[in-house]
Amino acid sequence: MAQLTRRQVLKAKAAAIAASVAGIPVAEAANGIIPGDEARLTWSKAPCRFCGTGCGVMVAVRDNRVVATHGDINAEVNRGLNCVKGYFLSKIMYGADRLTQPLLRMKDGKYAKDGEFAPVTWDRAFDEMAAQWKRVLKEKGPTAVGMFGSGQWTVWEGYAGLKLMKAGFRSNNLDPNARHCMASAAVGFMRTFGMDEPMGCYDDIEATDAFVLWGSNMAEMHPILWTRVADRRLSNPHVKVCVMSTFEHRSFDLADIPIVFTPQSDLAILNFIAHHIISTGRVNRAFVDQHANFKRGAVDIGYGLRPDNPLETAAKNATNANDSTPMTFDEFAAFVADYTLEKTAEMSGVSPERLTALAELYADPATKVVSFWTMGFNQHTRGVWCNNMIYNIHLLTGKIAEPGNSPFSLTGQPSACGTAREVGTFSHRLPADMVVTNPEHRKHAEEIWQIPEGTIPEKPGYHAVQQNRMLKDGKLNAYWVQVNNNMQAGPNMNQEGWPGYRNPDNFITVSDPYPTVTTLAADLILPTAMWVEKEGAYGNAERRTHFWHQLVSAPGDARSDLWQLMEFSKRFTTDEVWAPETLAAHPEFKGKTLFDVLFANGKVNKFPVSDIEKGYSNYESEYFGFYVQKGLFEEYASFGRGHGHDLAPFDTYHQVRGLRWPVVDGKETRWRYREGYDPYVAAGSGLQFYGNKDKKAIIFALPYEAPAESPDDEYDMWLSTGRVLEHWHSGSMTRRVPELNRAVPNALCFMHPDDAKKRNLRRGDEVRVISRRGEIRVRVETRGRNRPPIGLVFVPWFDEGRLINKVTLDATDPISKQTDFKKCAVKIEKVA
Amino acid sequence: MREKFGLKLGLGAIALVLGFISLSYAQEVTDLRGAVPPTEEVAPPPIYNEINDDKRRARNYPEQPPVIPHNIRDYPITLNANRCLTCHTREFTAESLAPMISITHFMDRDGQVLAGVTPRRFFCTQCHVTQADAPDLVESTFMPIEKIIQQEKQGGSGEQTP
Repeated sequence: MAQLTRRQVLKAKAAAIAASVAGIPVAEAANGIIPGDEARLTWSKAPCRFCGTGCGVMVAVRDNRVVATHGDINAEVNRGLNCVKGYFLSKIMYGADRLTQPLLRMKDGKYAKDGEFAPVTWDRAFDEMAAQWKRVLKEKGPTAVGMFGSGQWTVWEGYAGLKLMKAGFRSNNLDPNARHCMASAAVGFMRTFGMDEPMGCYDDIEATDAFVLWGSNMAEMHPILWTRVADRRLSNPHVKVCVMSTFEHRSFDLADIPIVFTPQSDLAILNFIAHHIISTGRVNRAFVDQHANFKRGAVDIGYGLRPDNPLETAAKNATNANDSTPMTFDEFAAFVADYTLEKTAEMSGVSPERLTALAELYADPATKVVSFWTMGFNQHTRGVWCNNMIYNIHLLTGKIAEPGNSPFSLTGQPSACGTAREVGTFSHRLPADMVVTNPEHRKHAEEIWQIPEGTIPEKPGYHAVQQNRMLKDGKLNAYWVQVNNNMQAGPNMNQEGWPGYRNPDNFITVSDPYPTVTTLAADLILPTAMWVEKEGAYGNAERRTHFWHQLVSAPGDARSDLWQLMEFSKRFTTDEVWAPETLAAHPEFKGKTLFDVLFANGKVNKFPVSDIEKGYSNYESEYFGFYVQKGLFEEYASFGRGHGHDLAPFDTYHQVRGLRWPVVDGKETRWRYREGYDPYVAAGSGLQFYGNKDKKAIIFALPYEAPAESPDDEYDMWLSTGRVLEHWHSGSMTRRVPELNRAVPNALCFMHPDDAKKRNLRRGDEVRVISRRGEIRVRVETRGRNRPPIGLVFVPWFDEGRLINKVTLDATDPISKQTDFKKCAVKIEKVA
Repeated sequence: MREKFGLKLGLGAIALVLGFISLSYAQEVTDLRGAVPPTEEVAPPPIYNEINDDKRRARNYPEQPPVIPHNIRDYPITLNANRCLTCHTREFTAESLAPMISITHFMDRDGQVLAGVTPRRFFCTQCHVTQADAPDLVESTFMPIEKIIQQEKQGGSGEQTP
């Protein structure tokens, strides 16, 4: 035998390694081909599990396991691309510590608030939970039970949760984590247009001349939309990108006009732009006269803190923050004239040149402009105002509701729009933009749900921040958390969240696929199926509703949130939860379970299991005996059809890569309110903001007002919190993917090098970040992707080991009740 | 070595993972803080270094973007510069010996191949990330396809069904 060359030896070795890894004989593996059917994977479509962009992915399954994922080339949103999180979707369900059995705190074989978690059966878990809920309902009534849901609920999970809480338990104490995320955007839409969600869509990106980011780090938080913005900017040199924030971040890498402004001064900048448009004679008067009204909003509205806080007692309009009175264009012009270039430059710390360059993007009639915003605007004690004020400048110039001219509120979560907003899982809402405070709306919902009139309570329930306060105060005692990690995500954990959950009066249930800080704070943990372990539907930021099938089964006894909600409803009869006079007037409901009333109502259980597309399993439907998701969706869709929220038939969505509502006669709508695009606009009118009765939008006069807490001599730094590209929210999925964990292992305190030097700190040193509410220990980072100005630190919140929400303030926008996670005062101390 | 805050796989947790649960035993539930209660603070782990050995890592599946096996400190990717492309773009790879960016990175939104890198793939770090020398917080039970095929040949199935 001839002597082997070094190269031949290496090749033989490689083949042997490959073969041993694959577990197949060397001879078979030598050609590198897996023969015939053995190589086949089953591919199905699904939306990404993470952000509000709503990318389409293809998911490969083999032997009941996900083995690969990639960007769907047929998905219009992302055309084959994913961000790094999306490319690692395959691994999010496979953390070794998946919860596979219910766990109840027990002592001596019985439930005990101070007991240790012990595995129990679903029956035992729901027996205890139902007993606790019945006790609370009996003692205190429906206002003492509540639920905290999510913009990551599927559409039908949110809908089932809404029905169970508002119609079943007769409690409006239902709110989603989306309250932390886009409540200001939703209320902003309602105030200006009388109808929620953006008029434009992502197609605006390829049609515009300028992008302005107002407190949005799209490069990290909406990476695939950022690829579209980058594509537009780099392919078309005339396009301009303006990035605005209180600190420099990755989106600044594409900025033609970078602007770092003093926290809260965005309010002044917005008014300056309106003033600039007016004073340079570039108001589109024809548009304004035809399509807009002017109003003066209430001022001095407080900060959504507890009512006894001095800031609240001092505020004149804390209780009527949403009020407004009509005004004229001239009065509006005089109002914004206070915000001169000089004054605004001084307030914001931004140079007059850059402010003017920014204002010109809006004022110049030849420039089409898209405004994007996310948490910088929404997590703001004047977040609703910010939303109203950005519409002001798009309305003054008529740059709205047409390709390339678009004020565009981006959402954080995959179904913040589809579930939280459209289904209406807020403490004041019902489906299709309806509210519990409106008797007509309640009546309409009760008719669709076939339940007695008067079942839905009219008083709004506790919103997110209020739920934690009421848990602490012992007024909310039976509480269920699904699809979120609010102990880590909610503000002021030390003073509100933790004492609330651990209050001995309260029984807390948390449903999650993985152990989290929130599950540790619970009394009962329910193991939960996730993503493609169930059939689902999400609605993204551009009104796109998209579906997926169940592709694999959940591990152990983990069950979907939908199954949990429906199964739990079987344990209550109407006699236990509805008023005796209601049942006396409607005896046909007597003795029925909530499951019978809400889900076996002839509508939800109308479609047989045989309707499920061949080749796909569906645990919930096989269990309950009808096509659960289809029934829930069709009943839900009846709220919006014919009312500007039309959804396509259920089966359609399993065939397409999502459709943007309203879907009328099989056609989606890309630009709402504009004739030629939107079927709801009357012929010949050109444009109608039909959410308001007079079909006009409202331009609001709103001033600058100070933040709830600003740095002072002792607490001398601003703190802003936020996310990172590589982790989704609190990291409970992505930190269990080894590659993503290694990409960004821990949260760091990003700080200006001069601020570090002043405190004798070097990169990597340990510090305490201390506020009036709490502190964390964390390491200093003086370089890298975030570059704060002097006087501000940024700490991301994904890291369970560094719970920055011990430090944050639970001040909210008084109108939207959304927390300001971007501004509070802290001091930084070196740990010796 | 597992870091101080890593998931502590107590006996109960291991039993949970394996699905052999005795109903009478208390269950230690540990989140990613390890044994540190949420209300307590301890010293954070150090800032880990980026792995810088230039060794390629096998991908979990062919579509996975390869991780970056080297330090990228001070690599600008801005309107005016892209340091990554100075090694990884087609015309420079012979000299740099760096892997060439994939053919997909030359395609526009409609799948047409352009003369150079497509602007939609300009920001490399949206998909490609460095790897720190940090310990895993939790073991991953993800199985690459070759392992599943191996199991099939041995007559086992991928996952126990509920």
